[in-house]
This record gives sequence, structure tokens and C-alpha cells, in this order.
Amino acid sequence: MPTLTEAPPPLAPAAPEPAPARRRGRFTPYWLLLPGLLWLVVFFALPLVYQASTSVQTGSLEEGYKVTWHFATYWDAFSQYWPQFLRSVLYAAAATVLCLVLGYPLAYLIAFRAGRWRNLIMVLVIAPFFTSFLIRTLAWKTILADDGPIVHALNSLHILALTDFLGWTAGDRVLATPTAVVCGLTYNFLPFMILPLYTSLERIDGRLHEAAGDLYARPATTFRKVTFPLSMPGVVSGTLLTFIPAAGDYVNSELLGSTDTRMIGNVIQSQFLTVMDYPTAAALSFILMAAILGMVTVYIRRSGTEDLV
Amino acid sequence: MKTTTTATGGDVRLTGIGKTYGAFTAVHPLDLTVPQGSFFALLGASGCGKTTTLRMIAGLEEPTGGTVHLGDRDVTRLPPYKRPVNTVFQSYALFPHLDIFENVAFGLRRRGVKSVKKQVGEMLDLVQLGEQARKKPHQLSGGQQQRVAVARALINHPQVLLLDEPLGALDLKLRRQMQLELKRIQTEVGITFVHVTHDQEEAMTMADTVAVMNAGRVEQLGAPTELYENPRTTFVANFLGTSNMVEAEIDTVAGDDVVLRAGGGKLVLPAGRCSAPVVPGGKVLVGIRPEKIALAHADDAGTVPDGRNRLTGRIADASFIGVSTQYVIDSPVCDQLAVYVQNVERDGRLVPGAEVVLHWSPAHTFGLDAAQAIDAGTDTGEEAA
Repeated sequence: MPTLTEAPPPLAPAAPEPAPARRRGRFTPYWLLLPGLLWLVVFFALPLVYQASTSVQTGSLEEGYKVTWHFATYWDAFSQYWPQFLRSVLYAAAATVLCLVLGYPLAYLIAFRAGRWRNLIMVLVIAPFFTSFLIRTLAWKTILADDGPIVHALNSLHILALTDFLGWTAGDRVLATPTAVVCGLTYNFLPFMILPLYTSLERIDGRLHEAAGDLYARPATTFRKVTFPLSMPGVVSGTLLTFIPAAGDYVNSELLGSTDTRMIGNVIQSQFLTVMDYPTAAALSFILMAAILGMVTVYIRRSGTEDLV
Repeated sequence: MKTTTTATGGDVRLTGIGKTYGAFTAVHPLDLTVPQGSFFALLGASGCGKTTTLRMIAGLEEPTGGTVHLGDRDVTRLPPYKRPVNTVFQSYALFPHLDIFENVAFGLRRRGVKSVKKQVGEMLDLVQLGEQARKKPHQLSGGQQQRVAVARALINHPQVLLLDEPLGALDLKLRRQMQLELKRIQTEVGITFVHVTHDQEEAMTMADTVAVMNAGRVEQLGAPTELYENPRTTFVANFLGTSNMVEAEIDTVAGDDVVLRAGGGKLVLPAGRCSAPVVPGGKVLVGIRPEKIALAHADDAGTVPDGRNRLTGRIADASFIGVSTQYVIDSPVCDQLAVYVQNVERDGRLVPGAEVVLHWSPAHTFGLDAAQAIDAGTDTGEEAA
């Protein structure tokens, strides 16, 4: 019997595919991109371009505004309102740190200890969203009211004297002080911290904790060397989701603060809606955007979480 | 710290240790001693309690009752981080945010060892990963990750190294290679290894002593050859390799031999190899491994030497697999007897339909208690293979 030692010769090279089909196929990816591009243009690019053009206009409300490439508006706006910028960053940073300190233990509890209560606690975290942002912030007015229980308690513990000395509160009041604004910001943005933290904690393989314990790490060391580093993606996205909106927020300062606690959001809001100086308002918006973008870039670079995400 | 290995009398002693979850008993109270320096395997199907037993030694699971001793020290109430024991986890559980070097150095650093560089380097060389020190775990292959997991545990010189199905995630070829590797490392470092596996071949090739577990109990404990040649329960007989089992009745007891009636014929079984009570008239399951049986064509029945156990039957099926031919034989006493014959001199008449005589040495016969399920361990055995 002859043995087959060679594979049969290959068939004649396949005929080239019909050209028209190919030509039509070449544009398919772009057609598929279209809905996404359209969305980006309508909801992102157009408003941005419109704002950018507003920021370099001059004129008045009566005569109308014209594009005159007046970039000096940026410098004028910044030099006039830099204290509000600084205050926004400080308040937002304070609220972010408070959110992290308050949110991390809760996220940890939900992820590792809650057991069958997990879903219930998650619902409770999200539940405040069922009420309006404004109403919830107004509720804090009652909580921090001058004759309310919190002010009473702080007063009898002589804490208000200390915070007054630090400039965080004023006299016997908590309302209309930086403390009240930071409290409101912390409260309102806390879920945005908890949810990403929970997601990244929940993804940690429980066996890594066992492995750390097996390798002589006490529970506290396990947290420091394993759990916390592995939750960094959640910490980064949680702090961003808290810091960015908090820095641009004006509702908390409006409702819980005073003229001494005005944040840049309040300035932009009043420039747009009260003073109707559109170029200044637009320029302030762009400065805020650029500042946040810059800070976030540095932050992400420094936190070095690329490997973990 | 007290966790360093200064103790020398390092047997692992489990006394009455058990674990229940609500109404479910994962591990029935068991006593077990693993001698220092031995390679000990806990073998069983999934859910038999072998991993729970291992985790109780590691301290990752708290026993419902009983005590764990390492040498003279009672460690039952010690948390894992205070036990001189390290574990190689099933999915390795390497720290994804640390590189290989830091993974291996983790245990040393936690115990406050200052200069870890030399030790880690040596350990990585032992597992042949010196080049990979600065890579992250996800950049390594499964086999390399497995070796990192071993290195990370071994570098602490634990009194006992626990291995929880460490080779389960590897493909067959790599698994064989790692089995030899682990055995080599164990011989080199002389640390007690307790290895949990569902792979009977793995347990038999690597371990000095194997404990076969089933439904939360140790069925039988012994050297691999002992377990294979002289199983004491049908579960062990079926789970480790394949066994033919024939129901028989005890006829007479003559000295060290027990004479049994099976169908029309007589079979002889050494009394020492019978784990069932030897009472005339009592039922026994007679077991014989397929490779111990020789086949003769019915025409050659006269050439079978005297003194061998014999059964008659007809070949139902024959499959040629190279080194041997596996026959399935229907016999009046039992359907589907398996017989493996080495392909030394093939008898051309042994084809399906041929009448044959099966014969074997009484010394290879074992007797089991007929009260147990005859097919215990067969399904799980296949799943594990």
C-alpha cells in the first residue's frame, strides 16, 4: 500500500473577492461610529465651542455681545475671583477627605461583613437620591439650625469655641459658616464616594486576605499592605467623583453658607443669571475646567493605579 | 516572634477534629498524625472534607471540636498569622499589586526580617524564576505562578507546608512536571508537606502516605502501594484505580485461607487480606485488580496451573490500547469484569465472543465487607481522572 507522505497540493489561490463588496465594507466602521460621534458633537463639542466663543466676546446686554477675541476677560476674571477659586478647592478637598474617611469603613463593611444585609445597606446608601438634591440640602438647614440639637451639643462640649477660633464656625452658629458648607458637600457627595469604593473592594479576592494572614500579616497589616492598595482604583475614582462636582457646586454654599463662603460656582451662577455678564461667566467656567483637569491629571499620575484598573 | 521554626518534634497531630456547618457535617471528628518530614496526601472527591481539614490546620477555619497540635504545641486557638504553617492556595492567591520579588518577600517582611534580598533570590532560583523577579503575577504563566506560590510559602521555612490542590489549574503535561518538581523540592528542604488533591494518580506518585477521604471521614490511610493492593473499603477499591468485585459466600476457613463460593466455583482468599468478618456462611465481596488477571482460551483450560483462582466467561469487548489490551468479560458470577493483558504474546483467539478462563493468584485477591455499596467511589473516581 503506498503511504501518503505529502499533503495534497493546495487548491488554486482563492479568486479575489468581488470588488464592490469590499468598497462598501470600507465605510462600514465610520457609519457605525456615527451615532456616537453625533452624540459627542451635540452634547459635548457644541456647548463647549459655544461657551468658548462667549468667553472671548465683548459688549453689553443692551447692545449685544460680539466676538472680539478679548482674552483679557480670563485674566480679569481670575484676578478678581481667585479667592473664590481657592475656597472652592479647599472646601471640595475637605469634603472629599471627609467622604473618604466616612465612606471607606461603610464600603468595607458592605463588601466584606454585611452578608445578607448587603443589598439592604446598598439601597440605604442610594435612597437619598429619591429625594431632590435641594430638599436634602435644605434639610441640613434644620439639622444645623441655631437652636438645633447639633449646635446645642457642640456648644455644651465647648467644641464651637475651638472651631470659632479656627475660623470654621462663627460665634454660636454653625449655619452660614464654612463648616456648614463642607458638611453639606460631604453629605451630598458621599454616595459618589461609597459606590466606587464598594465596587473595587468587592472585586478583591477574599483568598488574598487569607493568604496575607497565612503569611504572618495581622489584620491591620493585611489592610495596609493588601486591601487598601488593591482598593486604590476605587479611592481614585471615588475622590474624583466627589471632588470634581464639589468644586463646581453652588447649591450648598447658597443654602448653607453666607457671602463669606461663596464658592466659584456661586460666582458663575450669579454672573450668568444675575449680572448677565456672559463673557466673564464663560471665562470663569473655562478656568475652573482647566484647573480641575490639571489637578486631576497630576493626581492620577501620582496615584499610579494604571496597573490595577 | 514565636512563629519561627525552632521546634523539632514537628508532627502534625489532629485529635478528634471536626467541622459542622449548621446541620451539615463537613468533617466528622477525625484523628490523624502526619509525621515530620513526610509528604502526606489527603485524597478524595470534591466536597469530601479534605480542604476543610487542611484549612483547619492552617487556621483559616475554626474547628467545631477537637485540637490541632504542631509538635507539642496546641495551635487550635491561634489565628493563622501566628501559626508556623504556610499554604499554597488552589488559585495561588498571589498579590496582584506586588511584583514576584515582593510576593515572595511578603512573609519575611511581616516577621521583621531586614535583609530579604539574598533569601528571596535563592528561593526564586530554587523554583527557577530568578529572571522574573520584577514582573507582576499576571505576566507569568500558570505554571510560573504556581511556582511563585510555592516559593512564597517555602521561604518562611514553615513547620508544615499545606498545598490545596496546587496543580488543579494546570494542564496535564505541566501537572506531571510540577508533581516531580514539588517532590524534588520536598526532598530537598525536608519540610512536612500536606497535599490535598482529588487526583488519585497525583496522590500516589507524590505522597509517602495517603489518606483517602469520603463524606467527611478518612476511609483508609497508608502507603500508596498498600492502599492499592489491599483496599479495605469498596470506595478505596474503586476510587484508586479500577477493581472487579464479585459477591461470594464464605464456605470454609482452612488455616490462613478462606474458601469462598461464587457461582459454581470456588475462590481462595488469604484471611489477612479480608477486611470483612470471616464467618462461614457470611457474604464477602471478592476483589481483584484487572491487571492481576490472566486470560486463557477455554480450549487451553487444562494448562492453567493448580492453586489459582479461576472464573469462566465470554469476551464481550476488547480494546487495544498499545501497551495492553483491555477486555470486558461477561461471567456467570458477574457481568462486565475488566481484564488488562500486557501485549507481550497476543493470543489471536481472544476476540469478542470467545470463551475464556480468567485466573489469578489468590495472594492478589482481597475481601471486602458485602454490606457496603459495591459501586461506591466509581462515579467520583471517573470525575477525578
